[in-house]
Amino acid sequence: MIKTTHKNIDWLLILLSVALIAIGWINIYSTTANDFTSFNFQANYGKQLIWIGSAIILALFTMVINYRFYPSFATPIYIIFTLLLLTVLFIGNTTKGATSWFGIGNIGIQPAEFAKYATCLLLARYVSDKDCDLTKSKHLFIALIIIIIPMIFILLQNDTGSALPFLFLIFALFREGLKSWILISGFTAIILFVLLVFLNQWIVVGIVSVILFTILWLFRKIKRNYPGVLLIYALIIVYIFSIETVYNKVLKDYQRARIETLFGKIEDAKGIDYNVIQSKIAIGSGGFFGKGFRNGTQTTLNFVPEQSTDFIFCTIGEEWGFVGSSFVLLLYALLICRIILRAEQQREAFVRVYGYCIAFIFFAHFTINIGMTIGLMPVIGIPLPFLSYGGSSLLAYTLMLFTFLNLDAKTNHWT
Amino acid sequence: MNFKHTYSNRKWVIFSFIISIFFIYIIRLLFLQVFDDQWDLKAKGNALRYLTDYPPRGLIYDRNGELLVSNTISYDLMVIPRKVKLTDSLMNELCTILSITPDDFMHRFNKAKAYSPYVASIFDRQISDETHGYIEERLHRLQGFYVQPRTLRKYLTSAAAHSLGYIGEVNYPEMEKNPYYKMGDYIGKTGIEKSYEEELRGIKGCQILMVDNLNREKGSFQNGRFDTAAISGKSLWSSLDKDLQEYGETLMQGKRGSIVAIEPSSGEILCLVTSPSYKPELLVGRERGRNYRKLEQDTFNKPLFNRALMAQYPPGSTFKLVNALIGQQEGVIDRNTRYSCHMGFAYGNRVLGCHAHASPADLVFSIQTSCNAYYCRTLKAILENRRVYKTTKEAYDAWHKKVLSLGFGQKFNSDLPYELKGNIPKSEYYDRYYGLNRWKATTIISIAIGQGEILATPVQLANLVAIIANKGYYYTPHIVKAIGHKDSLNTRFLEKHYVDVEEKYFFPIIEGMEKAATAGTVRSAAVPGIRIGGKTGTAQNPHGKDHSILVCYAPIDQPKIAISVIVENAGFGATWAGPIASLMIEKYLNDSIERKDLESRIINSILY
Repeated sequence: MIKTTHKNIDWLLILLSVALIAIGWINIYSTTANDFTSFNFQANYGKQLIWIGSAIILALFTMVINYRFYPSFATPIYIIFTLLLLTVLFIGNTTKGATSWFGIGNIGIQPAEFAKYATCLLLARYVSDKDCDLTKSKHLFIALIIIIIPMIFILLQNDTGSALPFLFLIFALFREGLKSWILISGFTAIILFVLLVFLNQWIVVGIVSVILFTILWLFRKIKRNYPGVLLIYALIIVYIFSIETVYNKVLKDYQRARIETLFGKIEDAKGIDYNVIQSKIAIGSGGFFGKGFRNGTQTTLNFVPEQSTDFIFCTIGEEWGFVGSSFVLLLYALLICRIILRAEQQREAFVRVYGYCIAFIFFAHFTINIGMTIGLMPVIGIPLPFLSYGGSSLLAYTLMLFTFLNLDAKTNHWT
Repeated sequence: MNFKHTYSNRKWVIFSFIISIFFIYIIRLLFLQVFDDQWDLKAKGNALRYLTDYPPRGLIYDRNGELLVSNTISYDLMVIPRKVKLTDSLMNELCTILSITPDDFMHRFNKAKAYSPYVASIFDRQISDETHGYIEERLHRLQGFYVQPRTLRKYLTSAAAHSLGYIGEVNYPEMEKNPYYKMGDYIGKTGIEKSYEEELRGIKGCQILMVDNLNREKGSFQNGRFDTAAISGKSLWSSLDKDLQEYGETLMQGKRGSIVAIEPSSGEILCLVTSPSYKPELLVGRERGRNYRKLEQDTFNKPLFNRALMAQYPPGSTFKLVNALIGQQEGVIDRNTRYSCHMGFAYGNRVLGCHAHASPADLVFSIQTSCNAYYCRTLKAILENRRVYKTTKEAYDAWHKKVLSLGFGQKFNSDLPYELKGNIPKSEYYDRYYGLNRWKATTIISIAIGQGEILATPVQLANLVAIIANKGYYYTPHIVKAIGHKDSLNTRFLEKHYVDVEEKYFFPIIEGMEKAATAGTVRSAAVPGIRIGGKTGTAQNPHGKDHSILVCYAPIDQPKIAISVIVENAGFGATWAGPIASLMIEKYLNDSIERKDLESRIINSILY
């Protein structure tokens, strides 16, 4: 049995994750080590080494468990972590306004990271059920509830960043039969929102009307459902006019400012874009080949905030240049695509859905985090999987990936 | 087969979405890192502090190796406006440390910002050691500020202010002319400091330091790979004799005028006294600006005016030496030429007067007694020499050329900045003034005795004596003997300039000058036991009483010092300039003064 297991393990995925962890550690060392001569386990790079050790043990443990454990225990795992999210609200510690972690001794555990894992498991379990049909509203509703419950708790912790990746699980649902129009409306909503940041709502209404009537005219030979079209049109207009209220009343000042600085509408609003500017300076000054290991001035001299956690990519950009940073991008793209590829080859629906779920969790972090450091996304504090300093995220992503590797190795593939 | 695989094609939508995000990010990185270099500049502005390493300025010694000018260290507080986060607490703290008002603070800050928000400007110059220590401890709170060490000048003599010159901060024209200089750098403004600026300043070094986000120093950038070491300025050995210079200034106390002494065998200037003067240390340090304004506003004494180089006097009778030389060279007189003089020279219906002396006078006696008529006739003979020159103008031009060869009417282009050239008018000037061919020897007869349009500077007069002492040549008078090494010679001034008068014509002149000192007009300049030769001058001028002028050199047989003394509005040359020259020669050749009575009479006389 063990022999066949070995054969089926996807060593490429292991290699990619090990490479990312190694790159992460080198860069954490670069920013947090004060000198080369001594090794300090109290410093972040030293602690991270301990976390990496723990992650290896966790990975081995995850691999040897019988793969049937995961679908069977998906529900209890989900319940446990959701409850943890609830308890952290009451007894958790607060950093930067977010009550999101437990302090155990001198280590902190952030249950939100593990909740992603739990959500992926339960979502995969539910959606892979033979009876589940996402085109049916009831089933779709349940699937969405699975995603939304942990999100609500995380939002209650005031940790918007950690809640955002859950939304990316919609893509996994899309693969499993979610109606296309839902995704299309989602994207339309985002595009309209961006337009509304720049333009007056009446102009946006005008643009939408012109586009809609052009489409109607171009496809005039196709039979149409006029009440449907009218409904869509009405919904869009309601959305456009409600967005202003949402934008001004629901979003907090700092969130509005982050969005507006992203689009260059306001400049240096009380130093809100300090982080982004410093981050762009660090990455931009790296040039093609970078300044070399430990030669980055912006990151080693603390100009970039959170440089070993959320802004770790700045160190890579500055010290390893375009070569280094595009290599890291490539590693992530390969990791995500590889997971999806393996998932697609699965006979077991559970493994496939689970693969998609974790691929999109990785993708969410990759897109938001790197997008933020290069000024394409608003500042949202989430870690870069495997690279950022921090035990919870490293352990959580190890758990996610190695659970998949276990499932993937021991179940049947289409050939 | 599971029915859900009907959605399998959606994986392509998903793949293309992921891959397009990947490419968008790659392209964004390409622009950020490869195509746009503003980030690199901003990064350097963030983390690097370019500390200029100012080399010590070269020292200045006198001809005997005595130190005249050395250096002392001082600190400037610099500010990089963009890096400053203006808060009340920062302002209060700095205002207290520097004891300035908040208004003053904002004024300085805005001035620095107007110059450049990114480049360091001086916020407060030459702060005290105590303030320096205080600030150094608090630098982490004073983001955008740092302390820059500099060297300042320290003078070990209170004399020779004009020759040594002073240094000051560069101004915009100087910075534009030479990009080496940056805001706040020091540059020689006058004197040796100016003419030897490049040798003295050395070459600035640059040290690149890293600072972190809290403006704390974090060591050198890339282990100093891009640092350059400062190269110290070269030391100079001035030709000045410190003792003689100081003595000359003492003698000139209370008098206006100048003393210039030259070593004939080298052209080295031994002293360059101008009076009234100022103490060089006044133009150093925090009070420099105020002191400078005070000196500048003293329009009565004009202490900043370097009379030795810039005052242009009618040379009076000393100019007779010139005409005596040229007359012989032109062949219109020789040592036996005799002209009679009965209290002057009559031309047309006018008389240019002379004093009572034996008549007729030969060449030697004419110098000894300073006969006016003799030189009027000589000049007349030169200009009316129709055997050689067809017209007066032609004769005048020949005379003019020879006068210029004697160092008059032009600048020496020496190492003395701001010299003036005096005035020896060209024939064209007279053509313009009197009309073409409307002037002749008697029209311009006063130039025979160094009056009229003729003007000379004290250094030109001293040089004339040096030429006579050398019997026909001179070295450009200069004030720096050696650069970098005491025994090296300033190669700029090794060339002998021969004058347009042959050696043999100098002997009668020298004889006359010596006789003047023993039994003529120059007796007051005599030094017991030393053979000297000299010539007085009493220059009429529009500013009041005549200037007292005397030129002389000593010893006759082996000239060591040629000297010109001018005391403004002091009367006869013999009265004031004579004794001063005498004491200077005694001081220089004997190193001590025996005639204490004379000395104290001169020192204590106040003539203005």
